This record gives sequence, structure tokens and C-alpha cells, in this order.
Amino acid sequence: MATVTFDNATRQYPGNPVPSVDKLNIEIADGEFLVLVGPSGCGKSTSLRMLAGLEEVNGGRILIGDRDVTNLSPKDRDVAMVFQNYALYPHMTVADNMGFALKIAGVDKAEIRKRVEEAAKILDLTPYLDRKPKALSGGQRQRVAMGRAIVRSPQVFLMDEPLSNLDAKLRVQTRTQIASLQRRLGVTTVYVTHDQVEAMTMGDRVAVLKDGILQQCDSPRRMYDHPANVFVAGFIGSPAMNLMNVAVTDGGVDLHGHTVPISREDLSGVGKDVTLGVRPEDLELSSDQSGIPVTVDVVEELGADAYIYGSTEQKLLEATGENAGAVPFIARVDGRRPPEKGEKIYLKPKAGHVHVFNSESGLRVGD
Amino acid sequence: MTLEITTARPESALLDLPWSTPLEEWPESHLAALPRGISRHVVRFVKLGPRVLAVKEIKDDIADREYAMLRSLRRLDVPCVEPFGVVHGRTTADGEPLDACLITRHLQFSLPYRALYSQNLRPDTAVRLMDALAVLLVRLHLEGFWWGDVSLSNTLFRRDAGAFAAYLVDAETGELHSRLSDGQREHDLDIARVNIAGELMDLAAGGFLEEHADPFEVSASIIERYHTLWHALTGTERFEAGDRWRVDERIRRLNELGFDVDELSITTDIGGTEIVITPKVVDAGHHSRRLLRLTGLDVGENQARRLLNDLDAYAAATDRQGDDEEIVAHDWLAKIYEPVTRAVPRELTGRLEPAEIFHEVLEHRWYMSERAGHDTPIEDALRDYVQTVLPAKPEEKAVLGVDTEEMPVISRFD
Ligand SMILES: Nc1ncnc2c1ncn2[C@@H]1O[C@H](COP(=O)(O)OP(=O)(O)OP(=O)(O)O)[C@@H](O)[C@H]1O
Ligand SMILES: [Mg+2]
Repeated sequence: MATVTFDNATRQYPGNPVPSVDKLNIEIADGEFLVLVGPSGCGKSTSLRMLAGLEEVNGGRILIGDRDVTNLSPKDRDVAMVFQNYALYPHMTVADNMGFALKIAGVDKAEIRKRVEEAAKILDLTPYLDRKPKALSGGQRQRVAMGRAIVRSPQVFLMDEPLSNLDAKLRVQTRTQIASLQRRLGVTTVYVTHDQVEAMTMGDRVAVLKDGILQQCDSPRRMYDHPANVFVAGFIGSPAMNLMNVAVTDGGVDLHGHTVPISREDLSGVGKDVTLGVRPEDLELSSDQSGIPVTVDVVEELGADAYIYGSTEQKLLEATGENAGAVPFIARVDGRRPPEKGEKIYLKPKAGHVHVFNSESGLRVGD
Repeated sequence: MTLEITTARPESALLDLPWSTPLEEWPESHLAALPRGISRHVVRFVKLGPRVLAVKEIKDDIADREYAMLRSLRRLDVPCVEPFGVVHGRTTADGEPLDACLITRHLQFSLPYRALYSQNLRPDTAVRLMDALAVLLVRLHLEGFWWGDVSLSNTLFRRDAGAFAAYLVDAETGELHSRLSDGQREHDLDIARVNIAGELMDLAAGGFLEEHADPFEVSASIIERYHTLWHALTGTERFEAGDRWRVDERIRRLNELGFDVDELSITTDIGGTEIVITPKVVDAGHHSRRLLRLTGLDVGENQARRLLNDLDAYAAATDRQGDDEEIVAHDWLAKIYEPVTRAVPRELTGRLEPAEIFHEVLEHRWYMSERAGHDTPIEDALRDYVQTVLPAKPEEKAVLGVDTEEMPVISRFD
């Protein structure tokens, strides 16, 4: 087991004016599950491959533990890419299917048996070790395939969108399995996905990339509550945060008669307006016609809650990532008495639940 | 949802296939029982008019991706199966959505490695398969293709004048880059070694592997073979300015390996005493291209080498070495090659490809001559071959009756 350090790691393809990964700095703790997430082309897979030794590093370093692996070949790095289309061999036992690659690596028989048995215990495959894969269910076979990676006991597991060929239901199931398996094994893991929900549910920490640049690396909670910039704010969370540009007034911003207070100190560095972000669940209906006026277009009832999708004259920012496209204003309301379609309502952010960003730099203002 | 078929060869018969049935349940009447390698997805061979298609049931976006990738690879002229189309929007009669289907053309006379191993084989088959796979991998890497799942299952083999030629059959994990890094190439080799060892161990466990073939040794040999070829094709050579013949020598060596040199960089040091050469662009198919140009025959690289040798021998025997090459080739085709390949009785034409039969007849003539202690005319060799050797060979145009199976790992769950 080991830590992983990206130290100003940079990858620029020949002929590309800008780096695909630009001065990436992340320190991953021993045993941590780190998820790299971002829209396509953001550099997340490239970063993973730099760690795996599949992409040349043009600048900076990559360390595994204290070892500088920047110029080592993939097989000398002691990392394992998991889920690369492992095949199962019909004439071989489950134990051999899991352990044969160790034989190639010259591991002795007793040690192989020991590691296979350990992995089987973790994967609930012990009773099947001497059977042929044909006798197993699909899910058990999948665990045998995982076992093949586990028995190698690498310092780091690498996974690049391992669930992309599963349908939605299986994806959720397998997601949980991988996360709990990783916790039991305690092996440092770097996982790449474009799906922010997957990232937020699986990672100890999540690193959001955009255009080759790290936007933020934090725990899912912190990322959700304190997005570092407008991009992260709009990318993380589903449904997406409402983002709007509003004029600054004395002591805060004004939403149709409702003042959202912002400290003088925080306002000192910003221009005439700021970008205000409020998550759909942080809004409440206002009783006095102050707040953000919203005309309800769609009501989505989910039992205890309802989501309303509406339009507002407030200037909304375009969303990014999977939420990209036209942006309705979204609010979560009490599912027992939701407003009706076509109704005009006023919504106020709950106190302390607004995110303020510099409208020019996009950076978070204040805490 | 509506059925949506993307294909470069619109063919209405495609619409008659039972797309609303899961591939696994397609009726026998549509299927051709050909052997397959191990796969996670359901793959079936389907008869469609005169041809046989391979149909693979796979997630929609992956099907599109693999289809596009195979098309790119064909354009780059690397040996791989020919993409035929993709079918989207499949639903069962009850409206349940079904995965997409990727359709490729069945590669005629191709042999999955498991079919090869169920026949009586020459003892060094495993080694010859490694040679073929190493050539394929080098060619793919030269084009910037990272395979990601190099294995015997994902390769098809065709006989090639006593050797084998390898074709890529599964491009699902592949990526096309402008150039591969050393790390990427190493990674593919590492994957190849582990997969091949697994596949050979599986054959051994099933009792199919030749006694003395060691899965670890054989699988490790791909790495060495690959590196030797890669170095021969791309390595830099330096020599004294006086030794210019070494430039020609390098080109000749590459030709012998079956490659043409399209671009060679030649530089001298400042004093001009040393010459440095590096092949920049090499192109496989040196012999097959030449044969194609001379005769119109499109055959494997080794078969072409063999046929060209026979053509040379013909020119020498008829004392026409000084004549126009194309005219001699035309005569050779009409007087030697075609009479031999046409003499094969119809019912035996499915045994081997014509060029492979020609190669075997030449081999047979050699054995007969040796036994007799004098030259045997090709007509005699042909007669004897067709009577005694060919009928004992299995049908290989479409090999039947080998047990193969799917091993769904991820695509199905309990
Ligand atoms: N065009 C073709 N011609 C001949 N054989 C084919 C063709 N397409 C597929 N096959 C056979 O079907 C087998 C399975 O195909 P393929 O490898 O594409 O499936 P897969 O499920 O993607 O495999 P994997 O488990 O490696 O991902 C191959 O090993 C090959 O033997
Ligand atoms: Mg395959």
C-alpha cells in the first residue's frame, strides 16, 4: 500500500497548443479512494494513464510512496488496472482463474494459494474455488474477474470507467460492491468517471478537472457544501445548483425585496455583480412575494418531496457537465402541498445556504 | 423505438433477421455453426444470402465505437475483420429494449485458435501463432493503435504458406492515437502475455495443448518476437560513410521481412564520416503487393512470397529472366497457377484457400521428388495431392463442430 503524489504533473500532446493535463497536484493518502471526475476531454483519463505509465509525463513528477515512478514502465510501478475485460477460462478452476497471472510473475505456489484464498474470502467465493466458472452465476463470475486483480496485491488500483458498459441498475449495484470491496482491502485506489453521482457516492475524496486543470479536490461533503468555483458548483449535484448573476447592493444582494446578506469584507473584492448559487433543496417558499419570482412549468412529485422546474426573469447561468443545456430554475418543495403548474411563486434561499462567486473569475467568495 | 440499421452495404435481407429476439435465442435456421473464441458477449454466425456474418450483441455506444474503429483500421489497411453494420433500436415483442448488434463479415478460412487446437497440429503451432500475433501487434502499433485486449481469442488466424497470418477480431478496447508511447506498447505486450498464458493454460487444462508446449514459455516468446521485429523495422543504424551499401542492405532486410520502406531518414554527422539511418514509414505487404500488381492475386504475405519464388523459378526454367516481368507473370498464372488451383474437385474447394493449396502442392512435389530421387512434374504432384492428401483435410472455409462458449462476466448478472 502506498500514497500517490501528482507533483505538477503535466501532459502535452505534440501539436496541441495547450496541455491536456496542466500542472496537476494531488496527494492521495494511503488506502484512500480518490475519484477523478469531469466532462469528457477534461484530462481525467490522461491523468490516470500518466499514473499507470501509459502516457509520457512532459513535466513534473509522479510518486508512488516515496518512489519517483515518472519514468518507470507500467509493469515496474506495481499498479493494477482493474476490469480490463478479464476473460474467464472454461477449463480452469476458479482458483486458477484468479491466480494464474501470479504464476507468470514468478510467485511460488504456496503464496499464490494463500492470496487466492484470502481474495476468495473477501469476495465470498471460498466454496467455489475448485469449481469451473461455468458453474457460477454472472455476478460470481464478475467477482472472480475482480479477484484476478486483487490477488496481485498491487500498491494502487486504477479503474477507468469500469462500469461504462453496464446498464443503469447494474451500475448502481456494482458501484456499491466496488466501494465496499475497496474499503475492506484498504488499497489506495484511483477511479475515473464522468458521472458526478458515481464520484460523489464512491470517493473518499473527489477531484474535479476541467480543461486539464484541477478545479477542486475535496471530500464529497465539502465539495457539495463549498464548491470552489462556479464550474464545480454547477457540475456537482443533481439536480444542479441554480446559478444566477445578481447586482450587489449595500450589505449583500437583493432578490426582489429579499436581501441576502454578504459581509462587507467579502464584497470588497467583487465588481458590480456576483454569481449567486442556491441548491434546489436550499430554497423555501416565501409568503410575502419577496425573493426569486418563478413561474412553475413542471412539477415532479416524488412522494415526500416535489421538484418544480420553472422560469424566472432572473438571469441564469448556463449549466455544465451532464446538466448542460437550457437551464430551468429548480426547487425542491414539500411534496404534500406542491404549487401548481402555471402558478407564480416566490422562493427565498434558506439562511446560510447561498454560494457566492466572483462573477468575473468564477471563484468562490467567502467561506 | 424503431429499428435503425447502419451499414455500408445496404441489403434488404438484413431486415428479415429476427432482431426482436435476443441473439441467444435466434433459431437454428438463421445460424451457421462456426467455431468462436471465448467471449463475454453473445456472438452468433448468421447466414445471409451467400455470406456469413458475425453478429455480436453489445451496448449501443460500444457497438458504434467498435464499428467506427474497425472502419478506421480497415482504412489503415491493417488485417482485421470487415465491419458490416450496426443495428440499434431493437425491442422484443413486449417492447423490452434489447442491446445493439455489431455485424462483421465472417472471415473466410479463418481459424480461431481453439479450432486449431482441436485438430492434429504440427508440434510448433503455438510458436507459429506467436509469430503471427507479433507481426499483427507490430503493425497495429506502427499505426498508433493500442489494442488493450490482446489475446488469442481476439485474433483470427489464416494459414499462410505453412505459417499463419493474424487478424484482429475484437476492437472493443482499442484506441487510435497518432503515435504510441513506449509505455503503451509495453502495456499491450504485458496484456498479451498474461492473456495468452491464460488461454494456453486453459487449453492444457482441457487436454488440448501439445505435451511439451509450456504456456509460460510460449506466451513470453511473443515479447521477444515483437521486440526483434519492432527493432528491425524502426531501429536506428549508424555506420561509416564508406559503407553505403548498408542502406540498400537495410531495405533488402525489411523487404525480406515483408515490409516496404516508404520513408527512410538518412543523416550524416558534421564531419560526414558517419551515416545514420532510421526507417520512418514502413508498410507491410511487400510480397503480397508485388504479387497483386503482377497477377491480380490477393493472398497472404507468405503465400505471396512462395508464389513469387515459383514465378522466378518458372522464369528461369523457361529462360525468360530478361523478359518483361508482367508478361512472364501472366503466362505463369495461366500455365501453372490456375491449372493447379482449378484442378481441385469442387467438393474439396472448401478445404483450403487456393493459394494455400498451391503452396501445399509445391511442398508435396518436393517430398515426392526427394523420395523418387528426381524431379517430379507438377501435374503428377497435383494428382497425387488431390487423391491422397487433400481429402483427409478438414473443411476450413467454415470450420464446423467445435465446442465454444460465451463466458459472460459483466454483461449478465444474477
Ligand atoms: N467476423 C468474424 N469472423 C470470424 N469469427 C468472428 C468474427 N467476429 C467474431 N468472431 C468470433 O467470435 C468470437 C467473439 O467475438 P468478440 O471477441 O468480438 O466478442 P467479445 O465478447 O467482445 O469478446 P471479449 O470477451 O474479448 O470482449 C471471436 O473470438 C471470434 O472467434
Ligand atoms: Mg473478444
